[in-house]
Amino acid sequence: MSLLSLFRPARTESGRKLHDFHGGIHPPQRKTLSSEAPIRPGPLSATLVLPLNMHLGAPALPCVQVGDRVLKGQILAEASGPVSAPVHAPTSGVVRAIEPRPIQHPSGLDALCVVLDSDGEDRWTALTPCPDYRDMPRAELVARIRDAGIAGLGGAGFPTAVKVNVRDSQRIEQLIINAVECEPYITADDRLMRERAEGVIAGIQVLQHLVQPMETLVGIEDNKPEAIAAMRAAAAGTGIEIVTVPTKYPSGGEKQLIRVLTGKEVRSGGLPADVGVVCHNTGTAWALHRLVTTGEPLISRITTLTGTAFAEPGNVEVLIGTPVADLLAFGGVPQPHTGRLIMGGPMMGFSIENPLAPVVKTTNCIIAAPLSELPEPEPEQPCIRCGACAEVCPADLLPQQLYWYSKASEFDRAQHYNLMDCIECGACAYVCPSHIPLVQYYRYAKGAIRQQAAEHQKADRARERFEARTARIEREKAEKEAKRQARLEANRQKSSPATSVAAATPAADPVADLKKAVGEASSAYKAAVKIAKEAEEQGADNAADLRAEADQLKARADELKIALRDAKANAPAAVAPTAQAAPADPVADLKKAVGEASSAYKAAVKAAKEAEEQGADNAADLRAEADQLKARADELKIALRDAKASAPAPTRPAPASPAPAAPPAVSLSTAPESPTAQANAEDEASAEAERAKRAQRMKALKTAFNMSHKQWKEASAALERAERDGLPDVDTHRARVDKLKKKADLAKAQLNELVEAAKADMKASTGTDLKTLKLQAARAESTVREKTAALATAREAGDEERINVLQQELAAAEQQALETARTLKQAVAEQGLSDGDDA
Amino acid sequence: MALLHVTSPHATSSQRTGALMRQVMLATLPGLAVLTWLFGWGTVINVIWAMLIAAAAEAAVLKARGKPVGLYLRDNSALVTAVLLALAIPPTAPWWLTLIGVGSAIILAKQLYGGLGMNPFNPAMVGYVLLLISFPVEMTRWLAPGAAPDLATSWQLFLDRYPGADALTGATPLDSFRTWAGDASALAAEPILQGRFAGLGWEWVNVAFLAGGLYLLWRRIITWHIPVAFLAGLGLCALPFWLYDPVRFASPLFHLFSGAAMFGAFFIATDPVSAATSRWGRLIYAALIGVLIWVIRSLGGYPDAVAFAVLLLNLAAPTIDYYTQPRTYGHDKPKRGTG
Repeated sequence: MSLLSLFRPARTESGRKLHDFHGGIHPPQRKTLSSEAPIRPGPLSATLVLPLNMHLGAPALPCVQVGDRVLKGQILAEASGPVSAPVHAPTSGVVRAIEPRPIQHPSGLDALCVVLDSDGEDRWTALTPCPDYRDMPRAELVARIRDAGIAGLGGAGFPTAVKVNVRDSQRIEQLIINAVECEPYITADDRLMRERAEGVIAGIQVLQHLVQPMETLVGIEDNKPEAIAAMRAAAAGTGIEIVTVPTKYPSGGEKQLIRVLTGKEVRSGGLPADVGVVCHNTGTAWALHRLVTTGEPLISRITTLTGTAFAEPGNVEVLIGTPVADLLAFGGVPQPHTGRLIMGGPMMGFSIENPLAPVVKTTNCIIAAPLSELPEPEPEQPCIRCGACAEVCPADLLPQQLYWYSKASEFDRAQHYNLMDCIECGACAYVCPSHIPLVQYYRYAKGAIRQQAAEHQKADRARERFEARTARIEREKAEKEAKRQARLEANRQKSSPATSVAAATPAADPVADLKKAVGEASSAYKAAVKIAKEAEEQGADNAADLRAEADQLKARADELKIALRDAKANAPAAVAPTAQAAPADPVADLKKAVGEASSAYKAAVKAAKEAEEQGADNAADLRAEADQLKARADELKIALRDAKASAPAPTRPAPASPAPAAPPAVSLSTAPESPTAQANAEDEASAEAERAKRAQRMKALKTAFNMSHKQWKEASAALERAERDGLPDVDTHRARVDKLKKKADLAKAQLNELVEAAKADMKASTGTDLKTLKLQAARAESTVREKTAALATAREAGDEERINVLQQELAAAEQQALETARTLKQAVAEQGLSDGDDA
Repeated sequence: MALLHVTSPHATSSQRTGALMRQVMLATLPGLAVLTWLFGWGTVINVIWAMLIAAAAEAAVLKARGKPVGLYLRDNSALVTAVLLALAIPPTAPWWLTLIGVGSAIILAKQLYGGLGMNPFNPAMVGYVLLLISFPVEMTRWLAPGAAPDLATSWQLFLDRYPGADALTGATPLDSFRTWAGDASALAAEPILQGRFAGLGWEWVNVAFLAGGLYLLWRRIITWHIPVAFLAGLGLCALPFWLYDPVRFASPLFHLFSGAAMFGAFFIATDPVSAATSRWGRLIYAALIGVLIWVIRSLGGYPDAVAFAVLLLNLAAPTIDYYTQPRTYGHDKPKRGTG
């Protein structure tokens, strides 16, 4: 068969060379069931259900309210995007509801519908026809088509207005009207062409006017001689060519018909317009004709009622929204109907789940067939690789391979075998002697592949977002850094006269102090490591120990802070005439300090993360501490940079933070300027040592409190369990709880005492207290927030001047906030307090 | 309402795997008739016996595998294997020969690979080759055409109780030609080589299988690709050598109508499970079988070669498919490989 047609291409009467596509089947037509009766008007249902997603693209948006009285042809829902179509009232009545209703969708899910109670009057709204459409601007005609809700009546329901609106750059060679109607049973287009050929031709002329094709071809299968004759007569003298194509399923597939009529192939994944072809359906042409002559929107269509269960099969002009159940009653299907109920044809139609589902714009056929006509599918048998499927595939795929790979979920391979080019025509499953539901396997694989692609895309988007965010943070950091640099530069210039005096004064041995500080820091570090190890050994319930570790690390950072201050103070002294050996030391020590501080920060972050993962109570605290350490490390870095910059010059580097209240530690290194200062320095030194001791003790107490508190909590839980379950050892538990509670309370009380002492000490030495500092920091932060919000508002309003002002103000506020925050942190850290100790 | 909720397509053709297999068995009837006419009832007894063994073996394995026995037996594939193998076995074969052959074909070559559709090799040919190698004497004990033993003798042979079995046997045309190739007078004197257009008797066996094959083509059970390519490969390979030296090399016609040529072309190589699946793949697959048959018959150690050639090309089928995928609609060129 195929060999013969390969050597002898078919030609039409007009001499047009027809092409063949691979495969295809010849299922029993069964068209005469419905093709011989004239088109009847359909029933007027009491209730019409109008899904908002009848077309391909975005669902329409309802523009009526429940209870509204509407007239026939009035708009119910508007198109909601470039690819969308409005929905109109098919009859006059009252909007009863806008709610999800069962519709005919393969998903079986309900969809939002406008439910219209018919008033039986069927009263039209005012219509405006446009028979002079040729004189209208093109855009206006396209808008009229769009507003009429016309969507492809053949299969997918693609909005017609989008399809006719071809780009100027696209030269359309062929306008193809698909009147093939290749599926068995369906005769809607056949009857339409037999009875209303003039109207169809007039509609095709509307399409011609819009698309301006070089030729217009109407493809009709040779099993519809009456329709061909009627169309030929109507098309005489119009230049529209009626082409008879050999009957073969699925020659009505868009891609197949294009190949048959033109020999062109639509590229995989491409559109017909890419090869200069536009395809429309016969029913669509008729709807366009109605629009231009009467102004009617798309509110009805011709639907074939067929299958032997219908007492009166035939074609019916049915209002869109009519429930299938009403059509079954109209066509005399005995109730209850058993067997198959299909919307669409027997090859590609969908089983109707619920007969209350309405007829939609794409419903060309309703088949009610008893089991004797379309029996139950037979059990699936093994594939015998007979290859019958490959022989009939119109896309020239290897359905057998697609089946193996789809079944095995090897989607990559299925795609390699061009699964996505499958048009789901069902020819393969039709011929399969083993009754394998091949199309079902392909649908499954396609769905899975689409889902994978969607997830992939989602992941890509998330990654892009993350990268953009990281880049933004980096940028902001760099900007802040630049600002800070500028500020430091300004400060340094301001303070240089004072430092030149300071540089001339003799200095104590800074190297010894630094060494001591570094030694302390490293011993603290060792302690932290030891504790961390212990925590690791203890496993999961080490949150309290991790807290202790973080405390230790903080303590070390504090020591480093002292070292930093020493270095900063001594750097200029060292380069003073007396000591030439010193200059290298502060920088080197600072470097070391920076390294250690950042590693301390990293360790703290790690501890905090672990605590978070374990859901420990103090995770937030740990995190806050890590942040503090980070700030500390940053300060050290800046100091290091300053030290590097100033080391060769006899200038004193500016302090890292121009704190309003100079921390007392500074006095240790800056003190020995005179004999009295020497004595002061000794006092200061002993006070400092005391403070350090107190800080250590506070840390130990905190650890003790945390541990006992945790144990108390656990013991309480154990006690509760014991009480609930009535265990004998309730008393033991209770005693333990009491003991631990006491222990925790004691630690807390001692800790509080120390905290109070530290606070008092701080107030005495700095003239300010923690609360004031905190208040300052909070105020500065809220100013930043206010300015940020104001800036955003200004940006939205596009007020350039205000944006500039606000940007400057925001920068100033940010700087202020940064400084207060740093001061606060310093003050807190120097007293060995943490943020939480204020309460 | 009791509605069926199934996906499209809702209509299916009336093709059934079981019916297809039945058609294949029906198509072997002319060949079986001619074999019976020439060699007596032995082949009929073998066919019936083989079908019984195949059904029993298939049912036993299906039961052991926990599959629905009735459903799978109804695909008739085991019976087809049995019939094809029984037709290939000499009519003098004792019962145990068929038992071993069919048993291995069904159990080893088919079910152990996963049953129908999963076997890489043609089960009947696996059984045939296993017997040919294990029992060369019994497997080459063909009778002289026309000297058909009566039913009683055939039954005795089947029961392996006939004392003078070896006395009955005669060489096949392919055997004789191999023996006397190059000796023009001997070839002219050998009575079995004096058929109308090929070997005596055997030419009609092949004509009968050709008729059955044409029936399969007419019923669209098989496509033309494999038989045509098979016979073309064999015939076109034989033609130049025969023209070069007709005494040493047999004529294409002799090759096409001797041994299992027609049987192989229409019934064996067309087994879809173990053949290549794409259109071009099937042409290449079958043509290479034809070429290989000529090579083994003319240059190899065995008088006939259908089984060996088919099994060797079964091995190559996946590779052939790998390189012969069709060009899908909308694509510039066919793809290669499996992705």
